[in-house]
Amino acid sequence: MSSSQEVTEGPASGQPWEVIVERGKIAEFADAMGSDNPAYRGPDAMIPPTFLTTAARWAPPGSRVSVGFDRRRLLHGEQEYVFHAAPPRSGDVLTAHERIVERFSKPGKRGGTMRFATVLTEYRSSDGTLVAEAKATFIETAPRP
Amino acid sequence: MSPGEEHGTQMSPGEEHGTQMSPGEEHGTQTAPAEVQPGVEAPAREFGPLTRQMFVRYAGASGDLNPMHYDDELARSAGYPTVFGQGMLTASLLATFATDWLGADTIRRFAVRFREQVWPNDVLTCSGTVSSIVPDGEGDRVTVDLAATRSTGGIAVTGSADFLIPRNAAVCGAGRPSRQ
Repeated sequence: MSSSQEVTEGPASGQPWEVIVERGKIAEFADAMGSDNPAYRGPDAMIPPTFLTTAARWAPPGSRVSVGFDRRRLLHGEQEYVFHAAPPRSGDVLTAHERIVERFSKPGKRGGTMRFATVLTEYRSSDGTLVAEAKATFIETAPRP
Repeated sequence: MSPGEEHGTQMSPGEEHGTQMSPGEEHGTQTAPAEVQPGVEAPAREFGPLTRQMFVRYAGASGDLNPMHYDDELARSAGYPTVFGQGMLTASLLATFATDWLGADTIRRFAVRFREQVWPNDVLTCSGTVSSIVPDGEGDRVTVDLAATRSTGGIAVTGSADFLIPRNAAVCGAGRPSRQ
């Protein structure tokens, strides 16, 4: 683990990676979210709204973007998922592609600067159709005086 | 420092609901299922008491192995009284609540804002209210406001979601009219 305070910002766009949607992973995730909804079980299991957080497990090193924030001051501020049709199902093979779509900063309440970055991940089906999007907003709090 | 203190009200992208119709304005929504109208609340649902096992289960399922959520010694060394739950766990419990209410297959958007940490033994109460209904193709786009509230009254996560509900379809969960 790096002990450096300043982390270098990576490129603003990552490399596409393949995400395989599996029924066992969906059922495991549904258990963890306290859901017994039958939609999340069985051979045609559908993914729950926050399931795409697991897509990271398929990402080869270097395929994801880094916002470059100091991990000790890093907060996850907001998260959004958009589905352009019914959510993906077990057996679907998606292509994920991340990019940084917004950066801004604001004065911290106790001085210093808070930095914000929004990472958008697009998920496309095998024919290239955009099926889902995930948008994460990260915050780096101001350094303590 | 509570992370919520830093970012709870500072970000504006989610503030679009201020302009949506009030519970009394039902004109133009006659196509929605009768039990889903602006102002209708879902029956609230409790999750918990939260346990370390739930944090570990979510860590494994999600792939987020940050030890701050299951290693008490590490959490204390970082200045926290104990481990605390993942924000995305609370978001996922809220997603369970929302999709049991209006459908797993009809959801089209799910958004959360993280406000306050959750701790072992917290009981989270999930609540939801229909904020708007707009005709969308063959169905109605139903937007709901969501919240997960701790036993202390502190709000851990707020959110909103859209569902595309086929016209005249029955919804899964029974809502009840609000008393407002």
